[in-house]
Amino acid sequence: MATTMTVDTAAVADIVARYPVNRGSLIPILQDVQDHYGYLPESVMDDLAERLGLSPNEVYGVATFYTQFRFEPPGEHTIHVCQGTACHVRGGAEILQEFEHRLGIEAGGTTPDGRFDLRRVACLGCCALAPVVSVDGHVFAGVTRAKAPGILAKYRAKEEAPGS
Amino acid sequence: MSALEQAYERARVEWEALEGSDTPIFFVGAATCGVAAGAGEVVDLLEREIAKRGLEARVVKVGCLGPCSLEPLVIIHKPGKPRVCYGPVTTKNAPRLLDGYVLGDDPCGDLAVGKMGAGEVDGIGDFMDHPMLRGQVRNILRNCGQIDPENLHHYLARDGYRGFLKALEAGPERCLEVVKQAGLRGRGGAGFPTASKWAFCRQAPGDRKYLICNADEGDPGAFMNRSVIEGDPHAVLEGMLIAGHTIGATAGYVYCRAEYPLALHRLGVALDQMRELGLLGENILGSGFSFDITVKKGAGAFVCGEETALIGSIEGRRGMPRPRPPFPAISGLWDKPTVIQNVETLANLPLIMRHGAGWYTRFGVESSRGTKTFALAGKINRTGLVEVPLGTPLRAIIEEIGGGIPNGKAFKAVQTGGPSGSCIPADKLDLPVDYESLTGAGTIMGSGGMIVLDEDSCVVDIARFFLTFTQEESCGKCVPCRVGTRAMLGLLDKIAEGRGTMRDLEILEDIAQTVKQGSLCGLGQTAPNPVLTTLRYFRAEYEQHITEHECPAFTCNQLITFRIDAEHCEGCGACARGCPVNAIRGEKNQPHVIDQHLCIHCGACVSRCPSTSAAVFRESGKLTRFEPRREKKADAARASRP
Ligand SMILES: Cc1cc2nc3c(=O)[nH]c(=O)nc-3n(C[C@H](O)[C@H](O)[C@H](O)COP(=O)(O)O)c2cc1C
Repeated sequence: MATTMTVDTAAVADIVARYPVNRGSLIPILQDVQDHYGYLPESVMDDLAERLGLSPNEVYGVATFYTQFRFEPPGEHTIHVCQGTACHVRGGAEILQEFEHRLGIEAGGTTPDGRFDLRRVACLGCCALAPVVSVDGHVFAGVTRAKAPGILAKYRAKEEAPGS
Repeated sequence: MSALEQAYERARVEWEALEGSDTPIFFVGAATCGVAAGAGEVVDLLEREIAKRGLEARVVKVGCLGPCSLEPLVIIHKPGKPRVCYGPVTTKNAPRLLDGYVLGDDPCGDLAVGKMGAGEVDGIGDFMDHPMLRGQVRNILRNCGQIDPENLHHYLARDGYRGFLKALEAGPERCLEVVKQAGLRGRGGAGFPTASKWAFCRQAPGDRKYLICNADEGDPGAFMNRSVIEGDPHAVLEGMLIAGHTIGATAGYVYCRAEYPLALHRLGVALDQMRELGLLGENILGSGFSFDITVKKGAGAFVCGEETALIGSIEGRRGMPRPRPPFPAISGLWDKPTVIQNVETLANLPLIMRHGAGWYTRFGVESSRGTKTFALAGKINRTGLVEVPLGTPLRAIIEEIGGGIPNGKAFKAVQTGGPSGSCIPADKLDLPVDYESLTGAGTIMGSGGMIVLDEDSCVVDIARFFLTFTQEESCGKCVPCRVGTRAMLGLLDKIAEGRGTMRDLEILEDIAQTVKQGSLCGLGQTAPNPVLTTLRYFRAEYEQHITEHECPAFTCNQLITFRIDAEHCEGCGACARGCPVNAIRGEKNQPHVIDQHLCIHCGACVSRCPSTSAAVFRESGKLTRFEPRREKKADAARASRP
């Protein structure tokens, strides 16, 4: 995915217009901005601060506190490897290691081709099916090391077979 | 007739038509976990088959019934028969249910979990007699998996909002009294008496007051709140109306974590339905009570489950706790009196109002009334969401409902209360699950996560796991928590890696006490629990790591040496291909060897080695562990030939 350096901030006005202009709207607005751009571009946050009458510092301060927000464009597919308690006792750490090994990146990183984001998540709440991995929100249950390549192939194949 | 009465009438007709439907209905459990287990594919297949064959049948998606290990679950309504619950239903066996049971006469008893309701189906026992359900009481979960959570009529037909109507009729004073008599205590962890909190807020001066439903459910290993919202969202929202009315709230919020997209969606649908019926807004049902509810999506910070941090987050600030007092009931959201209540606490309220305190106190024990849901997971045969009366012994939950430990392994401990709780060992299994007993044993009830550990789980590793979590999630505001959790984690790392000393254990306990006593909020105050309680019950295991460099559960990988048994290695090369650091050498079809200097102790080779050779084995101190070896198919066949 080619990242556009200049970000079109036109959408920001629309998003802000959905909420009352007060501090309580900051987080929902940041969430909508991230839904729209996939991350929080710097220029958009500055713009936002002005519109809400906050200092850019305050906006950054809030955004960086919450793990949901990201400041770099995401990969095309986001893999979340659950590190919850139930997943942990059933080998969640090994599964993460396997994905790191297969993708050649560490948790928190993006593959050089921009295809996959690998993230750890504290708990997906599917504990009864542990260990679980989610890709773009789709949850895979009872994952083993051996199942990792198959999961990745699913998302690689999708792009290589256009129209499918 | 009022709009609500008309809706009740329509709901009754719709529900009766569903109950007595003369065409088949498939109710598919399609909550997050069901979908993860493949419910989506089953729904697609059933819909395709129904269309292809031109059958008059329907598929209805419902919430979570609870027995997750049997998912995907499908309840089949066949005209003239009681409903039968089947599981696990896959795209492979679903056609059999369609042809065999729905269109034919074979009830497919081998796939059945149980029948639901009166009547007989050949050889199929009652759903509530299934070993996983026998010990359960389904009050909170009574609708989960039984109704379409996006259909308000279903909720109304099951006496939905009747509790709120009773509350309106009784008035706030009386409601407060009923909740007090019921002895309801908070289900979010601390177990604070709900009526006391309400009384403070009611008495606090202020023209605006708020009610917040805490649906942050950040404890790793917990999914009770998600299941209730996904399966029966109106029960939580009705609870909010009852609570809001009693405390004199003017507005309500649901703070739900972003990781729960389906729950967020269901809340949105339910709130729209409430508005349409006049159950939200100005002067609700002409009662003079005005109240609206807004959903706030969390942004990924565990500490935001703590009430003052949660308030900060709704206000658009960094979610950092602040000192109490003042308590939120006096000065909370935007400095107004605010009551914060867990999802399940709220879901109890419609039942209490409808059936009365006398009915409610029949469940549970002296100081812990009612039922409680638990998310049963980890090393246990039957995982899932269960609901039992408080006071039920742990043993009944783990051995009877959960069906014990898989693969013939021994039970080691059960973890409750997530990062704020700890592990209860085998000799305490007869402990009744109530607030005081669990606290006395060094853990807490928590919100209901219950993770079972077997002999292959290491308590040092579990303590380290939770400290890793709390250390990452510590917001950094107060020093004991910020610095103390880091120091504790450092010591646990040392011990788990075999670099610990006996002196470290003493320091660990010292710091733990400081963090417990000196931290600002519950996160820090309870963060040492996993360490202190495992030290109390499993000190010898810590010492074994330190003095013998042994991890008896073979979990702490840095204390493990991986080796290949030349006698059984067939040289297939699977381990070498899977090794991330190319530490394994060997000729094809010849025994392989692990270069111990290169090995990073990840254990990939153990899981790669085919179970027919099981040549990779582990050593920890003086202990050795081989993987179980299976006979090769060809050998087995030869051996069994006459
Ligand atoms: C770090 C931390 C996280 C918490 N997370 C939750 C949570 O996810 N859900 C919850 O209901 N309560 C949570 N609590 C407890 C809340 O602060 C509060 O006590 C609770 O929501 C009150 O509701 P209840 O009385 O109905 O239990 C947490 C507390 C702490 C200290």
